[in-house]
Amino acid sequence: MNRHLISAADLSLDDAVAILDTAEELARLAQRPIPKLPTLRGRTVVNLFYEDSTRTRISFEAAAKRLSADVINFSAKGSSVAKGESLKDTALTLQAMGADAVVIRHGASGAPYRLAGWVRGSVINAGDGTHEHPTQALLDAFTMRRRLGRLAGLRVTIVGDILHSRVARSNVWLLRTLGARVTLVAPPTLLPVAVGGWPCSVSYDFSTVLPDSDVVMMLRVQRERMSDAYFPSVREYSRRYGLDGDRMALLADHAIVMHPGPMNRGVEIAAEVADSPRSTIVEQVTNGVSVRMAVLYLLLGGSREPGDAPPAAAGLAAAGSGVAGSGVAGSGETL
Amino acid sequence: MIAGGHTQDRGRWLIRDARPLGGPPADILIDGTTIAAVVPSGEGGADLATGGGQLSVLDAGGLIALPGLVDLHTHLREPGREDAETVASGTAAAALGGYTAVHAMANTEPAADTAGVVEQVWRLGRQAGHCDVRPVGAVTAGLGGSQLAELGAMADSAAGVRVFSDDGRCVADATLMRRALEYVKAFDGVIAQHAQEPRLTSGAQVNEGEVSARLGLTGWPAVAEEAIVARDCLLAAHVGSAVHVCHVSTAGTVEIIRWAKSKGWQVTAEVTPHHLLLTDDLAAGYDPVFKVNPPLRTAADVAALRAGLADGTIDCVATDHAPHPAEAKETEWSQAAFGMTGLETALRVVHEAMVNTGLLDWSAVADRMSVRPAAIGRIGALATGLGDLRHGCPVAPGSSATLVLYDPEPITPVDPAGHASRSRNTPFAGMKLPGQVVATFLRGRPTVLGGRLAR
Repeated sequence: MNRHLISAADLSLDDAVAILDTAEELARLAQRPIPKLPTLRGRTVVNLFYEDSTRTRISFEAAAKRLSADVINFSAKGSSVAKGESLKDTALTLQAMGADAVVIRHGASGAPYRLAGWVRGSVINAGDGTHEHPTQALLDAFTMRRRLGRLAGLRVTIVGDILHSRVARSNVWLLRTLGARVTLVAPPTLLPVAVGGWPCSVSYDFSTVLPDSDVVMMLRVQRERMSDAYFPSVREYSRRYGLDGDRMALLADHAIVMHPGPMNRGVEIAAEVADSPRSTIVEQVTNGVSVRMAVLYLLLGGSREPGDAPPAAAGLAAAGSGVAGSGVAGSGETL
Repeated sequence: MIAGGHTQDRGRWLIRDARPLGGPPADILIDGTTIAAVVPSGEGGADLATGGGQLSVLDAGGLIALPGLVDLHTHLREPGREDAETVASGTAAAALGGYTAVHAMANTEPAADTAGVVEQVWRLGRQAGHCDVRPVGAVTAGLGGSQLAELGAMADSAAGVRVFSDDGRCVADATLMRRALEYVKAFDGVIAQHAQEPRLTSGAQVNEGEVSARLGLTGWPAVAEEAIVARDCLLAAHVGSAVHVCHVSTAGTVEIIRWAKSKGWQVTAEVTPHHLLLTDDLAAGYDPVFKVNPPLRTAADVAALRAGLADGTIDCVATDHAPHPAEAKETEWSQAAFGMTGLETALRVVHEAMVNTGLLDWSAVADRMSVRPAAIGRIGALATGLGDLRHGCPVAPGSSATLVLYDPEPITPVDPAGHASRSRNTPFAGMKLPGQVVATFLRGRPTVLGGRLAR
C-alpha cells in the first residue's frame, strides 16, 4: 500500500481487496456495544476541508475516532485560510503540529498531490475538484459487494455529469481494477472528449443499458451546468437521464440503485426510486465509516514501511478481538 | 579561454577557430562595432590583427558562431512586477542565453499601450546594456480588447515600435483585429496574436484530451487556437496586412499556417522551446511549473511543431519567457500562474529537440532563432535606417559584430539556481541538456564571456 491515498488508480487489486476486507471486519466490530479500537491512539488525523462537505467530514471524523485517533477539524471558513494563507503554509503548519494523516477536501483538482509534497504524514483525498474521490469509490464497491456478493464481472452503469464528477473518475479506475464492467451514460456534453481512452463503455441512451445493469449509480447534476449550455433545461435532462419509476422497472430484479449524495430528488432520481428497496443510499453512508476506518487503519496502523504488504484482514480480526477483550480501552471517550 | 588584453569594451577582438554556422573553423576579426574579416583558420587571420590598437584574443576552438539570437516574445515584467523580473535581470538572462535582442511584451503594469511606457522600457534596456530591448506595444488600450491603443504614437516614439500584441490575451473581437491589421500597414507594423478563443477556454488549465480527462482539469482545446489562427490569416489576407502567430502549439495550427503561406499571405509564426520538447502528461503530478498558456500538448503536436519549424512553416523560435515569483507556482494547479522562463535554456532546448534529431543544422538554427525573428521584428539585415542596430546579419565582413559563441559539447543538468532571471520557474530544472553559451557580442562589445556576464 502506498503512503497516501490520492487516486483510486494507484490502488492495486490486492490493495483494494485488503481495504474492502478490512472494512468488512471493522463493520462487524461496529455491531459491538463499544465499537472502538485503540489502534491509532496517540496519532493525529487532521480533517482539512476547503469545501463544505458535512457528510464526508463527519464520516472521516467518526472513522478516526473509532480508531482512537485524535482528530483536528480544520475548516477553510473561519481559519487562516480566509485570511489568504496558501495551501503550502497551511501544510507547513500542520506538519509542525505533527499530523500523522491529513484528510483533504479541496476545490482544486490535484491539491492533495501538492499537499503530499509538503507534509510528511499520509494524505488522504476526500475529494479534489473534478479529479477524484477514492474513498467514495471504495465505499461504493464495498456496498456493491455486500449487496450482490461479488465485484468481478458486475455490470455497473454510472449516469450523469461524468465530466465534472470526481466520484465517476474514482469509480471507473477502481471498478476496472476490481474486474467490474462500467458503462457511462450521459449527454455527450457531460463526457470528457477523450473518454474513449477510459476503460469503460459509453452510451447516450439510458433506457437501453438498464436491463443489462446490475448496479445503477446516479450522480448529482448541478443546476448551474444548464447556464453553461451543457443541456437545454433541467426538465429535458431529467427526461433523458433521470431515473424514475418507469425506468427502474426496466432493471433486473436483483439490480441496485446507488447515489453518492446529496440527491436532487426529482432531477436525476425520483423519490420513489430513492426510497425503494433497491436503493442503497443510506447503506452507503454507513459503509463509508467502515471503509474510511479501513483506509486509516491500513495507512497509519499497519506497518509504516512503504512496500510492505498490508496486514491481512484475518490479522485485523484477531487484533480487533483482542481489543474488545481487553476491555474498552477507549470507552471514556464519546463517539 | 581569453588571452591577450583584458579590454572588454569595444575595441578589437580576434576570435580564433570559431565555426560560423557550424561550418569549417575560421578566425573572426571584430573592429569596433563591425566584423572586419572572416578568414578560414590557418590562412592568416592573425595577420589581419597586426597593427591597430589593443587586441583581445578569444580562442574559440570548436565553438559554433551564430548571429546573436533574437527573441520575439519576452516578458520582462517591468514596470509593475519587478519581483518577478526587471529589464536588467531579464536582459542579463537573455545575454546568457545568447540573445542580443528581445521583444518585451506589453502586458506590464501599467500596460505598454502608450509612447511613454514603451520609451521607458526601451530606455531601461539601453541602461542595462545586456541586449537590445524592442518594446512590443499593446494592440488595445490597457489590453482591454475594446479600443485600439495609440499604435502610431508608439511607432513614432523613440522606441520605434513595430510589433504590437495583447499577448496574454487574444484580440478576440474580429472587427477590432481587422482594424488593427489595417492600421499598422501605415508604418510597416505587424500584429502578433495570442490565439485563444476566450469562450472555448473559460477556466482552461491543460490541453483538452486524455490528460485533462484523467486529471479533472478544465481542458484547453486545440480548436480554440486553430479557429483564431484561421480567422486571422483570412483577415490579414483580406486587408493585405501582416499577422504573426505567437506560440503555435497544435498540429492543426501548423496545417493552417502552411495553407495560408501557400497562398502567399503575410503570415508568420513562432514556436516556443517548451512546446518543442515537453508534453501534457507532465501535468500528472499537478506541479504548476508545467502550467503554461497555451498549454503543453501531445507528442503528436510536438512532432508536427518540429516538422513545421524544420520546413519553415513556423518561422522562428520565441521563448515566451514568463518569469513568476515562487509563490505564484507553489500552489494548487488551478490557482497557479501560467508561464515558464526560457531565455537561458532556449538554444540548448533547440539543440536537443531540433539539431540532435537531425531536423535542423546550425545554419538553420541561425535562421530560425536570429535571421527570421529579426526580420519579423523589423530589425533584420534588410531593415533600413537602423545602421548597426540590425540583427540576424551574416557572420561576414561588414556585418554588425553581433554574435554568439556556443559550445555544443557539454551535457549538463539545468540548474535554475544559477540563472540570472529573478524567477526560477523553468520546466527544464534537472533535465540534462546539451550545450553552453560561452560568449555573446553586441555590436563588438562582449555581454557574456566565459559563460558569465561580461559587465
